[in-house]
Amino acid sequence: MIPEIGHFALVMALCLAIAQSSIPLIGASTNNANWMAVGRSTAIGQFLFLLLAFVCLAYSFVVNDFSVLYVANNSNTALPIQYRISAVWGAHEGSLLLWVLALSGWSFAVAIFSRSLPQDLLARVLSVMGMISIGFILFTLATSNPFDRLFPAALQGRDLNPLLQDPGLVIHPPMLYMGYVGFSVAFAFAIAALISGELDSAWVRWSRPWANLAWVFLTIGIALGSWWAYHELGWGGWWFWDPVENASFMPWLAGTALIHSLAVTEKRSTFKSWTILLSIIVFSLSLLGTFLVRSGVLVSVHSFASDPARGVYILGFLAVVVGSSLTLYAWRAMRFSSTSQYEIVSKETMLLVNNVLLIVAMLTILIGTLYPLFEDALGMPKSSVGAPYFEAVFVPLMLPLVFMMALGPVAKWRREKLGELLNRLKVLAALAIVVGVVLPLAIYGNNTVMTAVGIAAAAWVILSSIFAVVRLTHKRDAKTSLLKAYAKVPKAMYGMLLAHFGMGIFIIGVVFTSAFSEQAEQAVKVGEKISVAGYDFILEGVGPVKGPNYDAMRGSIRVEKEQQLLITLLPEKRIYSVQRNAMTEASIYTGVFADLYVALGEPVTRNEWGLRVYYRPFIQWIWVGCLLMALGGIVGALDRRYRAQRKTKPVNA
Amino acid sequence: MATKRKQRMIFVIVLISGFAAATALALFAFQKNLLYFYSPSQLAEAGITQDQLFRLGGLVVEGSVVRMPDGITTQFSLTDLQGHVGVQYTGLLPDLFREGQGIVAQGKLNADGLFVAQEVLAKHDENYMPPEVAEALKAAGGEHPVSIPKTTVK
Repeated sequence: MIPEIGHFALVMALCLAIAQSSIPLIGASTNNANWMAVGRSTAIGQFLFLLLAFVCLAYSFVVNDFSVLYVANNSNTALPIQYRISAVWGAHEGSLLLWVLALSGWSFAVAIFSRSLPQDLLARVLSVMGMISIGFILFTLATSNPFDRLFPAALQGRDLNPLLQDPGLVIHPPMLYMGYVGFSVAFAFAIAALISGELDSAWVRWSRPWANLAWVFLTIGIALGSWWAYHELGWGGWWFWDPVENASFMPWLAGTALIHSLAVTEKRSTFKSWTILLSIIVFSLSLLGTFLVRSGVLVSVHSFASDPARGVYILGFLAVVVGSSLTLYAWRAMRFSSTSQYEIVSKETMLLVNNVLLIVAMLTILIGTLYPLFEDALGMPKSSVGAPYFEAVFVPLMLPLVFMMALGPVAKWRREKLGELLNRLKVLAALAIVVGVVLPLAIYGNNTVMTAVGIAAAAWVILSSIFAVVRLTHKRDAKTSLLKAYAKVPKAMYGMLLAHFGMGIFIIGVVFTSAFSEQAEQAVKVGEKISVAGYDFILEGVGPVKGPNYDAMRGSIRVEKEQQLLITLLPEKRIYSVQRNAMTEASIYTGVFADLYVALGEPVTRNEWGLRVYYRPFIQWIWVGCLLMALGGIVGALDRRYRAQRKTKPVNA
Repeated sequence: MATKRKQRMIFVIVLISGFAAATALALFAFQKNLLYFYSPSQLAEAGITQDQLFRLGGLVVEGSVVRMPDGITTQFSLTDLQGHVGVQYTGLLPDLFREGQGIVAQGKLNADGLFVAQEVLAKHDENYMPPEVAEALKAAGGEHPVSIPKTTVK
């Protein structure tokens, strides 16, 4: 009964989405307030029905209802409760349901928090989101209904893929989807602007925080995915340039370009049609990401579902969305004219260069990711584009971007004197170079050109962000106290500088991890040791342990530095009882300056085991940097400027 | 008006130079970093030189896996049911590496025609068959000893 209620709720949500997509739009063009008001109520109703559907599916998992095919395929009575809940989005059907739930959650939020929006803008925004919703609910119902019954019911479920039984995977997909889908709001705002032909600074103030928040979720989602890959895949790496990772990274890069371009459009009322185009691009990339992941056309360690019918559907939907929005763009974008001017050396130009670099980086990744598909289509010999390609194109593009990250925030709008700007930053530049040369030498007694450049770049970004904070109040008069002057600075500015600072921390992590990691793979007898980076890893023994739904062999490895016991690591080799998959569960000592990582291999003889040991310096800085970036995004979205509008404008709802 | 035009010029110049740089970078990187995929039977005709890095895919031949005395080096044979290639790998094998399983290895040939793998990839699903391997097997005309799940279920 419960699954049927869920199925019914899904159908109801579809009906409401159809109403949401059409009625307010007609209302907006005929200026009918009642029809426009339908947008809000249907958006709220749609969200509630999708929530109901989601709860029904989660309930089926919790009570182990194996008469539901999807539950039978992805759960098991022995599966711990938290993984039974996360199993809801552990495979294709459920993750789609999560996708549409996230989408309607964003519409819901827009409906609730945008009371001050002009009625016709809100109506158009909600109806565009309704259209996207139709596409995805229809997709779910037609090709991937999670409520399909299994008759006769299975006695026991096939269990969740052991790789997904991990805390990182409990929150990674929801975050990532919130990010992907969140850009639908910016997209809907862009389409609404194209339809109405109006794009003023009020429009930007409304759409900016939404783009910011979507970007925050995407940042956290990607970081969590990388963290999961690091400690679950057992290879000690944090980024593999895998198609599925790239699928989430492309909208991130374009989204980063978008939030910068939105800043220019708000402050200087220029880059208007570019901002609109970016909004379309970012959401299209999110859809492309969904297509790549969900269709399984690309080989990847992460993509789990593959079904041609599904791929064709999403591809068709993608074509419709991108095609129609670009057509609309080509037809209407010329209406938006810039009202301000700028010189070659100005903040505007720097942000333009930032945008071009980000988009170009995104395109090179797009080419690399889709290349195997072209090859396939053209019947060329099979090949693969791996990490070396991506590193070769990505790093050279990021260096100038990082260089600009220090200039942009302290440059003036409209016109800047290059000499003056460089003069302001020359001490920082010198300092950054010194840090780049000295820091690796001081810590590791070793340095290379690449490492020095990388660390100098990180220092450059970090120092300039701090410098920019100091400079925020340099214009204050004698009467204002320093504290007051700082309180007056808009939050968006602090958010931006915090995010840039986070980027610097991230770069430090990346550079040190890639330059000074050490590792060893070796067979060791009980009592023997492996030495890596000054640490001794002594195998004390290996014994069986029993988990809730697996049996494991657990190794006990004593880690010593200069004969001092540091920690005992307990890596496992698990065999999950249902799927009979072997799983390496690494054991990690997490430190501020380095991680020690041990994975257990196969037994060689009775008391001799293969061990894999990694020393990963500064690796946690990568994720801390990402979190700081996300935090910066949140601080920026909270800027009072975006809410003040609500108070001054009369509410006419 | 002059500044307007100048502005548009800046925009266009920055865009074009950005994309030109990217194209050059991408082409250059492609040339250097593309990895080709071969099946064991294609390998004989491919005429691969010793220092060429490529990917090799096939099924691990039953009974061919031998561990060397160092405890960490493994030798095994890969087949597409037409040709065979000996493979050597030093390091811990992925969890799902086993006889009869379809895998992809990345590495180079040595002087004796042995494929020295730097990396061995096997996916975390016992039914999984790398698509390249499946295709190579089909091309070689063999029957599948391992069933490939049609769709779904993770």
